[in-house]
Amino acid sequence: MSRTFFYNNKPIVIATSSICGPKESKGAIADFVECKLQSDTFGEKTFEKAEIRMLNTVITNCINNAGLKNGDVDAVLAGDLLDQIICSTFAVRGLNCGYLGVYTACASFVESLILGGALIDGKYMNRVVCGTSSHFSTAERQYRYPLELGCTRPPQSQWTVTGGGACLLCLEGFGPKLSCGTVGKIVDFGVTDTNNMGAAMAPSACDTIYTHFQDTNRSPEYYDLIITGDLGTLGTRLLKHLLLEKGIDISKQHVDCGEMVYNICEKEYQGGSGAGCSSLVFCSYIYNLMCQNKIKKVLLVATGALLSSLSCQQGESIPGVSHAVALEI
Amino acid sequence: MKSNCFINDDYLNYVKSISPKTNEKRTLFRAFWVGGFICCIGQVFRIILQKFCNLEGDELSAFVSLIMIFLGSFLTGLGVYDRIGKYAGGGSIVPITGFANSVVSPSIEFKTEGYVYGTAAKMFTVAGPIIVFGIASSVLVGLVYYVYYAIFGI
Repeated sequence: MSRTFFYNNKPIVIATSSICGPKESKGAIADFVECKLQSDTFGEKTFEKAEIRMLNTVITNCINNAGLKNGDVDAVLAGDLLDQIICSTFAVRGLNCGYLGVYTACASFVESLILGGALIDGKYMNRVVCGTSSHFSTAERQYRYPLELGCTRPPQSQWTVTGGGACLLCLEGFGPKLSCGTVGKIVDFGVTDTNNMGAAMAPSACDTIYTHFQDTNRSPEYYDLIITGDLGTLGTRLLKHLLLEKGIDISKQHVDCGEMVYNICEKEYQGGSGAGCSSLVFCSYIYNLMCQNKIKKVLLVATGALLSSLSCQQGESIPGVSHAVALEI
Repeated sequence: MKSNCFINDDYLNYVKSISPKTNEKRTLFRAFWVGGFICCIGQVFRIILQKFCNLEGDELSAFVSLIMIFLGSFLTGLGVYDRIGKYAGGGSIVPITGFANSVVSPSIEFKTEGYVYGTAAKMFTVAGPIIVFGIASSVLVGLVYYVYYAIFGI
């Protein structure tokens, strides 16, 4: 049994597109983001409509960036955080192509890359777009409290990223290539604090990274960068500790998208989270670095906390899942 | 059947030990002065109404509550109250302005789902438990008072 597999034909990420909200526009990676919004409503009446338009924009932009048009893409694999992944559905509505909805919370982006890569690698399809998005206001309203409610955020909480990214996979072109993927398993250590997502997801990230190195016989030094999705500052510390216990030291190669997205102040919160967090950072900053040959080998590990407000209220703990995909140029 | 055999206590304890703690002195101080300040505003209105409008007793307290509820709702509508709440914590939740905030904020938020199923239905999602337990405990206290009065006749 192996959860890691290698792509024989190495699907290529030939184009990406990214979008981010006003708060992210002030963050560390903002210079690399293609489309920066002035307002988090994007001129729409509701935040949900804004997120739909954001995801639709990145998917369309991504197709255009590759020099293609709508009908040229065979399928879109998309995901987001809302119930029944409505943002993805409505964002792809009107695009004349196949649609596969993916959901593993914040790990959706790498899940879509793994699956999209497999479709391309097996030559079942010629071009697919993988994209995810999240929006602070829609997530807050679904998982937590109304926006205007005056309550304090505990210091271990994270901030859902308003943003998203999409990338186009095919077999011909220039760009980073998918070399292998590790499908995560669900790991649950019994964390019940819904504000502490980093702690809930760190064990699954540890499991996936450890499995990846075991299955591929690689060491952390093989990669220039090991990127986790949205563990935040606290989760990052936990992950490094858990991996050290297993004898793996990733502190030199590791960065966390959640930590990069904002200029964070640890006293207030732990960084960004959300399905759009890893896609935003990868599709903007990381993709740019890879195309400029500044970094060559990257392991992207998106981490997801698989909770719903219902499961939490019924006292369930928060299971985590992390998918990893290796990209090389 | 409980499926919690996976729970890893060592890990949970470790998480607890390195999670950042809430700065209690700071939050208590902030809650104290903001909460006290809100109450002072209420007191100022009370004195004004007493002096210039000749109100007293239940009427007076009802009017002061109304004004404070209006202010809480108004500031929520302006998007200011959540910032006060973020700073003050319990200091702005406990006074009646906090109650107004907890009713108005979901009403604004869920307006997008329509006035019936949105605003009206979701209005009490946050404040509902307060109302339920408030009424239930007031009934309970009333019963105790009634029994006490019946027995001792004081």
